[in-house]
Amino acid sequence: MEAAADMASVAKAPTAARAVETPFRRLAADFCANPTAVFGLALLGVILFLALFAPLISPQNPYDLAQLDVMDSRLPPGSKTLTGGTFWLGTDDQGRDMLSAIFYGLRISLSVGLAATVMALLIGLAAGLPAAYFGGRTEALVMRIVDIQLSFPAILIALILIAVLGQGTGKVIAALVTVQWAYYARTVRSAALVEKRKEYVEAARCLALSPARIVFRHLLPNCLPPMIVVATVQVAAAITLEATLSFLGLGLPITEPSLGLLIANGYQYLLSGKYWISFFPGIALLLTIVSINLVADQLRDALNPRLQR
Amino acid sequence: MLVYIIRRSLQSVVVLLVMSLLVFVGVYAVGNPVDILINPQADQIDRERAIAALGLDKPLWEQYFTFLNGLAHGDLGRSFVHSTSALGLILERMPATMELALTAMVIAIIVGIPLGLWAGLKPEGIAGRTIMAGSILGFSLPTFWVGLMLIMVFSVMLGWLPSNGRGPTTLLFGLIPVSFLSVDGWKHLIMPATNLALFNVALLIRLTRSGAHEALLQDYVKFARAKGLSNGRVIGVHVLRNILIPIVTVIGLQFGALVAFAIVTESVFAWPGMGKLLIDSIGVLDRPVIVAYLLVIVTFFIAINLAVDVLYSALDPRVRLTEGKG
Repeated sequence: MEAAADMASVAKAPTAARAVETPFRRLAADFCANPTAVFGLALLGVILFLALFAPLISPQNPYDLAQLDVMDSRLPPGSKTLTGGTFWLGTDDQGRDMLSAIFYGLRISLSVGLAATVMALLIGLAAGLPAAYFGGRTEALVMRIVDIQLSFPAILIALILIAVLGQGTGKVIAALVTVQWAYYARTVRSAALVEKRKEYVEAARCLALSPARIVFRHLLPNCLPPMIVVATVQVAAAITLEATLSFLGLGLPITEPSLGLLIANGYQYLLSGKYWISFFPGIALLLTIVSINLVADQLRDALNPRLQR
Repeated sequence: MLVYIIRRSLQSVVVLLVMSLLVFVGVYAVGNPVDILINPQADQIDRERAIAALGLDKPLWEQYFTFLNGLAHGDLGRSFVHSTSALGLILERMPATMELALTAMVIAIIVGIPLGLWAGLKPEGIAGRTIMAGSILGFSLPTFWVGLMLIMVFSVMLGWLPSNGRGPTTLLFGLIPVSFLSVDGWKHLIMPATNLALFNVALLIRLTRSGAHEALLQDYVKFARAKGLSNGRVIGVHVLRNILIPIVTVIGLQFGALVAFAIVTESVFAWPGMGKLLIDSIGVLDRPVIVAYLLVIVTFFIAINLAVDVLYSALDPRVRLTEGKG
């Protein structure tokens, strides 16, 4: 009796160990193979934490006018405040602590970038998947629009849209979405074209499932890996584009200052040597984008089916 | 080959017409064209006279044909701010932007391709890894911030280079004002051009490296080496020529992007080109100039895309042959 129980438990143990190896764990293991990528992910985590908890961890609320003192303006990094704290990164022209302003700015930059990317992803999927599945004239029309749009640089399209629509947060997001949906549409269409030829799609059709069900429940999950990579890269591109627009004065309004606007504020003080007003927001922007690009690079290699072992 | 060019030219004309229709609809139909085209400070009598003169009381399709007619004669309206022909303003500033974009492209080619080759030939060495890390940095750095930092380092701290403007220009062929013919011109040109080139340097490094990496695994390289050719000849002649085809295409397409990105660089360095004019016009809502810029740049892009397509089919015999059969 004991021998049988022992053999049963021994037989169960290896299957239990193998059952834990899910695709997600494999992806995580591939991702962690590159130390630079892990560093990038850690950096990104820190930045997201700072952005999310900005009101709680900033030394000062830079947009509360009661806390500002214009006598504090344009102080270099490391100066002392009247209440005994330190302006670690200096102050800008209105006496705002740069460190706090950067945390709040990160928050706005990241939220605008993420919102634009998610919306563009949804629109791109909605356009590209049916185009690939139904083919024919739908596909030709959608792809022609995508090709024409992609032959023009993003900044030009964004500038013209802002010029026509006017300024404001919603319009900036609309401009970003319009610029980006084409990338997603093109990527998902190429992925879907490949998946369409596989047997499970044929099987689904034989079962007389509705086209909507086939597209969304069968095609979509299998097209996701390249979309994840494109989306990650595009978040960085959206953040950069929004920062560029804000720097040019055509982006977010000054009530929602993103990092680009902070850099623009410091532009006029550059020639008098007060570099910190532009320098530190730029470093924050740079670190955000570098970490996203590092993560995206490694995700691309980890999700690439041709590199699967 | 000729059929290909003709076919692509016709397609380009169609795209141009579609774009002109979009611009027309965007400006004349959406929003109030009266506000857009007539100086908002004109009084009632002048407004009515202007409305009749611009034909804004006519049906939309008739207005579109008038618009096309004006387009064909090069009349794109008068700037509100400068009171001169909008198209004339744009064309006046075009040489500055073109010079900036061309210099940036040349810098990107001279720096990017050799570095990319080096990284491709020795991918595991420390030079190769540093170059690749540098290229990620080149992608990630926001152009305008790098421009600000360049000004800070080279103008404010070191005082070597002037911080903005174009400085005095010399005339090329007695007609076109250029900066690259004088030392002072170069001092003004080098920072904005390097700033603009940064993104493309990173792009070219990555492209050249992946191309070289792939090419070195091919059989013809093994054969050339077995033949006893020197390393320099194998790489410089055989490998380089084969990886250059996609690179040339990318360079051509990126030139258009450079002209667009010059908008940012021109704003940072106060370089008097088309891009700065656009930003200023958007700020004061000088819409005739915006429309003129848009049409000029769209034509430019279509011309570049056409030229790159033709060049690609000329360089790559496989494209030519399949086009000939099809």
